[in-house]
Amino acid sequence: MSELSSTLLYSAFIIYLFSTLFFAMSISDKKQSKAAYTKRWGRIGFISACAGFLFQLGYFITRWIASGHAPVSNLFEFTTFFGMMMVLAFIILYIIYRTNGLGVFAMPVAVLVISYASMFPREISPLIPALQSDWLKIHVTTAALGEGILAISFVSGLIYLIRTVDQSVSTKKTKWLEIILYSLLSVVGFIVVSLAFKGTGYETSFEMMNENNQPTKIVYEMPALAGPANGKQLDEGFGPLFSTPSWMNGVDASIKLNTFIWSLVAGLIIYGLLRLILRKRISAALQSKVNNMNPELLDEISYRAVAIGFPIFTLGALIFAMIWAQQAWSRFWGWDPKEVWALITFLFYAAYLHLRLSRGWHGEKSAWLCVLGFWIITFNLIAVNLVLVGLHSYA
Amino acid sequence: MQSKLCECGHSNPYGTSLCQACGKPLDNEVEVLSSMRYEGSARRSQTYKSTIVDRVWNFFSSVKVGVWLIVTILVAAAIGTIFPQEMFIPPNVDPASHYESEYGTLGFIYYLLGFHNLYGSWWFIILLGMLGLSIIIASLDRGIPLYKALKTQRVTRHDQFMKNQRLLSVSHDVEMEEIKYSLETLRYKVREEEGNLFAEKGRFSRWGAYVNHVGLIIFLTGAMLRFFPGMYVDEILWVREGEKASIPGTKSDEGQFYLENNDFILEMYDKNDKKFNSALSSVDGEVAKNYQSNVTLYKTEPAHTIGEEPKLLKVKDGVIRVNEPFKFDSFALYQTDFKLNEFYKMSFKLEEKSTGKFFGDLTVDLHEPETEYDLGNGYRVEILDYYPNFVLNEHNQPATVNNLPDNPAFVFAMYSPSTPKGEKAFVGIQKNIESGDNQFKMSFAGIETKDLTALTVRKDHTLWIIALGGIIFMIGVTQGLYWNYRRIWIKQNEDGIWAAAHTNKNWYGLKKDLEFLSDKTNLTPLEDKEIDSIK
Repeated sequence: MSELSSTLLYSAFIIYLFSTLFFAMSISDKKQSKAAYTKRWGRIGFISACAGFLFQLGYFITRWIASGHAPVSNLFEFTTFFGMMMVLAFIILYIIYRTNGLGVFAMPVAVLVISYASMFPREISPLIPALQSDWLKIHVTTAALGEGILAISFVSGLIYLIRTVDQSVSTKKTKWLEIILYSLLSVVGFIVVSLAFKGTGYETSFEMMNENNQPTKIVYEMPALAGPANGKQLDEGFGPLFSTPSWMNGVDASIKLNTFIWSLVAGLIIYGLLRLILRKRISAALQSKVNNMNPELLDEISYRAVAIGFPIFTLGALIFAMIWAQQAWSRFWGWDPKEVWALITFLFYAAYLHLRLSRGWHGEKSAWLCVLGFWIITFNLIAVNLVLVGLHSYA
Repeated sequence: MQSKLCECGHSNPYGTSLCQACGKPLDNEVEVLSSMRYEGSARRSQTYKSTIVDRVWNFFSSVKVGVWLIVTILVAAAIGTIFPQEMFIPPNVDPASHYESEYGTLGFIYYLLGFHNLYGSWWFIILLGMLGLSIIIASLDRGIPLYKALKTQRVTRHDQFMKNQRLLSVSHDVEMEEIKYSLETLRYKVREEEGNLFAEKGRFSRWGAYVNHVGLIIFLTGAMLRFFPGMYVDEILWVREGEKASIPGTKSDEGQFYLENNDFILEMYDKNDKKFNSALSSVDGEVAKNYQSNVTLYKTEPAHTIGEEPKLLKVKDGVIRVNEPFKFDSFALYQTDFKLNEFYKMSFKLEEKSTGKFFGDLTVDLHEPETEYDLGNGYRVEILDYYPNFVLNEHNQPATVNNLPDNPAFVFAMYSPSTPKGEKAFVGIQKNIESGDNQFKMSFAGIETKDLTALTVRKDHTLWIIALGGIIFMIGVTQGLYWNYRRIWIKQNEDGIWAAAHTNKNWYGLKKDLEFLSDKTNLTPLEDKEIDSIK
């Protein structure tokens, strides 16, 4: 059953990639935007997105059967599910607005999220007592759905910015836009280096002192750029260029930092190559592709996504979370970092919705906010689990 | 202040910018479209601006101020996660030095600024209070006049009101009946007056914002009520297996609850379990499967007098697991912590050092040691000093950290017929200090241990208020964001039939309705002025 589950996920992944391709073929930079092929490829793209979603749903169900609990219990499972909810959110918003261009960006972002997820340990793991509750599936799935819909507001906002930011001169806006695209490419970089070094079987190990001052051996699966604080390399591997600052907590801190640096470097290389090939800013190259999209509609979609996603996020990430916390930890609120960042996300989108009341915040400003909102969501998804220590760091 | 009379005959409250009934701008400077958000109604904050009360009201009624408050709270909340809050650092360390030693200078500054206890700080609470005030005042300032304006609105609107709408068209040869029918198929509520039509849909969504604000206020009030006595109990209860303990916070006129810990169970996942094999083999140590306390609840008899040994009546048996609290009365007990194999009883034998012969044994209850143990035949042992959790203090004197028998140590006095004056010995774990010429010694004979369970005792009478607030908030936020208030006006004028439309959000949806309308009837498609200005 668990092999079937992996196969289904893999198939879904491939179908999503094709869906991206089909959507890309549907948009045109020519004048006749209503051409027949636009409609045809758009439909094929949408059907394949739905098919991919069904395959991933199959993965979800079979994995549930195999493990005996809802597969949303560790970082791999949750992040995969988040990607799946992004696809679902895209499907919903596509049904409402029929915008092919949205698929060109939403599908690859979902693909990126799912491939990022698969870099985490993928074994089926048992549930610790704190997770043994029906609220696990209720709370986590609802929160992920809310975040998936909010992610579409980011996608739509990003397209808005690519479409409208003036690319004829280099400004602060064009730079920020490049930074956003670069950070997406760093995720690609992370996946590429992880797979590459896994493929070669590279390993180098260090001995260092853990929190209890016991000597511990840690193994790097990438060449060590950042070595552990006060660590001794045990082999002749490529030697650390510098050591991790000692205030970074945990035995794995240096490995995480090292992977992070490798991802940034790899992202930079990919970005550099793209710039060399395109001979202009990436957002400028993309702009010519989205010229036919109506900015007003993009703004509407991104606002609508927040309007739909915000109540679901609140219900899942705050209300259901509070009910479960009351049951498991005897208090519905405890200022745990994950709780606080869910509250921050809530407050951020609440501020966004209030700002939308005034005219000046429609359009571009609103789009920048949606980008920032997605940054907060991913920060809560990744950094709070991996960097800040708290009750939710069981992955 | 007198009211303003509109030419349509409706009398508007002072401060109104668009007539409540016909929508005519009552001032020349009024911009219709931007006033539509609150129907150009007479909001207190826009009308009265002179006294202190006015200024406070106007400050808190501003959405801009509200957004600033939200953003400030957001930033403060984020700062609170940079380093762990005081409640998450180990309980036995001094925060003053902990933050500096763990996180360096930044940690020290963090501590100095009081960020280690950010969410309980006076300024954070004040920010929350200000946000609450802003929610109340902003809602009253807008909600009430908006309600009155929407209730009073008439079918026939003033030309100027129509002309200034974002979506507008003029058509000829249109059957009003057809339009009415099409609007009704779109599930609009249609009213007629002098041959004019007014269609509206989803007016209730306009109240969403105010409903969710009411929910938030109820939620915040519930959270505040915790600080009133009797509303909230939060205690921790440690019970050893086989023992009964009074449950803190549960004393009332009807008696006091006691809890017996029958058994504490700790289960681990089996590493050979096929399902989780690969995951379990990659972690060091074991993964916990279950923490469980089997308990029995007792209550004292009502007529219990203080000082007397309480008579306990059994109430019920129960099982407490993580995620499955044990509920009774208005209390709940939660599995919170445990301690395995705490020292419980220690056994010794009195041994003659020269012969190795034993002269009886004794078992010391580490929680209630006796002072003297008679071993018969003239042999006895006294406990002169007992240190449950032994350390040497700063003066190099024996002392105890606390009353938990984690590292018990004794000063024994051993008496026998041959040593009637007694011999002293200091005995601890792997320690035996005695004056060299002792004939007897206490030799260690065994130890009994017990498990302890730690339960959180919780009573929270504020929960239902908080839950109510949450439910109302969700209703309001859904009502406001999943529906929208669409209005279409059709007016017969001399130059043709005017159609105008407005919505508070989702213009895309409104336009689809209008497309349907112009497809089904002869109505000229409505034009969007804003799109034109963008293009």
